[in-house]
Amino acid sequence: MLDNNQLLRFTTAGSVDDGKSTLIGRLLYDSKSIFEDQLQAIENTSKKRGHAGVDLALFTDGLKDEREQGITIDVAYRYFTTPKRKFIIADTPGHIQYTRNMVTGASTANVATILIDARHGVIEQTKRHAFIASLLNIPHVIVCVNKMDLVDYSEDVFNDIVSQFEQISSKMLIKDVRFIPMSALNGDNVVNRSENMTWYQGSPMLNMLETMHISSDVNKVDARFPVQTVLRPQNDTHRDYRGYAGRVASGVLRVGDEITVMPSGFTSVIKAINLNDQELKEAFAPQSVSIQLEDDIDIGRGDMIVRSNNKPEASQDIEVMLCWLNNTPAKPRAKYTIKHTSNDQKAMIKDVVYKIDIESLNRVEGDDSLSMNDIAKVKIRTTKPLMVDTYRENRFTGSIILVDDSTNETVAAGMIV
Amino acid sequence: MSSNKYYLNYLDELESEAIYVLREVWAQFQNPVILFSGGKDSIVITHLAKKAFYPSKIPFPLMHVDTGHNFPETIQFRDDIIKELGVNLIVGSVQESIDDGRVAEEKGKNATRNALQITTLLDAIESNKVDCAIGGGRRDEEKARAKERFFSHRDDFGQWDPKNQRPELWNIFNGKYFEGEHFRAFPISNWTEMDVWNYIKRENIAIPSLYFAHEREVVWRQDAWIPNSEFLVLEDHEEVVTKKIRFRTLGDITITGGIESDADTLAKIADEVAGMRQTERGNRSDDKRSESAMEDRKRQGYF
Repeated sequence: MLDNNQLLRFTTAGSVDDGKSTLIGRLLYDSKSIFEDQLQAIENTSKKRGHAGVDLALFTDGLKDEREQGITIDVAYRYFTTPKRKFIIADTPGHIQYTRNMVTGASTANVATILIDARHGVIEQTKRHAFIASLLNIPHVIVCVNKMDLVDYSEDVFNDIVSQFEQISSKMLIKDVRFIPMSALNGDNVVNRSENMTWYQGSPMLNMLETMHISSDVNKVDARFPVQTVLRPQNDTHRDYRGYAGRVASGVLRVGDEITVMPSGFTSVIKAINLNDQELKEAFAPQSVSIQLEDDIDIGRGDMIVRSNNKPEASQDIEVMLCWLNNTPAKPRAKYTIKHTSNDQKAMIKDVVYKIDIESLNRVEGDDSLSMNDIAKVKIRTTKPLMVDTYRENRFTGSIILVDDSTNETVAAGMIV
Repeated sequence: MSSNKYYLNYLDELESEAIYVLREVWAQFQNPVILFSGGKDSIVITHLAKKAFYPSKIPFPLMHVDTGHNFPETIQFRDDIIKELGVNLIVGSVQESIDDGRVAEEKGKNATRNALQITTLLDAIESNKVDCAIGGGRRDEEKARAKERFFSHRDDFGQWDPKNQRPELWNIFNGKYFEGEHFRAFPISNWTEMDVWNYIKRENIAIPSLYFAHEREVVWRQDAWIPNSEFLVLEDHEEVVTKKIRFRTLGDITITGGIESDADTLAKIADEVAGMRQTERGNRSDDKRSESAMEDRKRQGYF
């Protein structure tokens, strides 16, 4: 691998029936990312279960219960590397707790791949997948029209599905959509170009993943630096050292920049940026660094360093698109811990503005209940101001989670609108 | 200025993510430790922790679960790194757990102390009031590990419930727990074996000599070269031979198999790993016991 190779994260949405596991198995197998002992293990299992040939889907087999039930319960992460990029797949299940898992997998993805069975075209599930990709603002979507071998590799069938999908996606905010006709089972247009579909002029999936432009997926404009912790070594060589440790959430910060500390409003100038014993001139997202300021001001975890001429909004009242992720429904006007960047506050859900009917994607008003897998626009009031951007502009300063203090579980994830 | 200037390569991005996780651990927990085995993954974690808190010292101790069946080189390496970093070392001893009657040695030909470590580890976590144990586990290692969170909750029996994990979104980690529970944190979750070697090479990180090809007395057992040691009970048909080998993973000396190799530099090791067609845990007999050997141990509280 080369030194300038990038990391690309993508999700796979779909169910076993769409051939999702087969697609992942095919990607790993044809890119030679599977080891011999893994291959031997699934050959044995394939035989034991009476499958003809090697069942590539078995590569994604996980926990004992999943193997027994033939389903995926939780997001599983898979890895492969080509000479061009390193890839992380968030493999999300199609059946159980579908929304919860897909939202989780989508939260860090550059690319969402959506599988469609060519025989069935765009179905309700496809709509839900596209909607979540849009809601989570995944920068790129690849629609894999799979099982083309079962429709005689027909260009008409493919074009028809493309226009069906464009009809629904045109109502959503998806920036970059691409379509690939494929047969994951036979390997057409996954890693290798299909000889059965010479009418398709685009790239096979792997080549598309290897070459798509992802450097602009990160917000490079709004400099945001949530402080995680303060480094004060107090040893002889660094007696007065005070470094603010954190990861640049977005934008670029440079030595000499005039900054404001939120929420206090104190201003100063960046004196130095360090990574280990290196001195950097600038730091950009998603680098983890520590920052020293010219002035001695009181800064701690939960504060945010921003450029003085570009500040986030400080607000106690936020509107978010909320996904409920827990078996216990939301309690009306109950208090939760809200986690936003490195900041923890108490919060209350004041109002459910509307819920999304995940089947029809219509807004439903007048229903205040929130239970597992529900998606709703809500109003939240926090005890102290959060420094927020909208999620559309900034994935990391625009996202929150809610924690139920009576169970300590993460019960909801939200995107600030 | 081209916007292309502002992107990280994959190793820098993985490093940045791991440093972020380590700082979150420090900020969210009262009493974290790094689980240090002397293996390459825990060495990389320690190196990342050094970077995360520089110029401060690593602000938490290292914890070693000592099976008593060690490679002497590993113990020497551990003691050297402790001295160099100026941090504390906590040792949980499996031998003491046996002497105290907390666990009993396994019987039979392939008996190891591997599973016994679970009790020692959980006892050490409890007696030292550790609320977060940082490990070098990677999701690419094993199918049960593919579902791990960065912040992984353990109940008050130290157990992992894979079906009931907290969802983990963006980079917001929920480290809240009740008395008696603890967390495991895995900063290099997203790294592969290859990433680890490329990083060790790039950063020129010191690792035990066992990883480099060397002459050693070994026995062929369960498709791997098991090192001869005072703990190894030979079968009648088994023969001790001298081979040039190196180890891909380091664990208990009785179960860690070596591979024949001439790779005696970091560059050669990285090249060799890139061409490997077997997984690294393929040489670990602890994972060969059943299809769900790792999952079963993890549920009980294993690393």
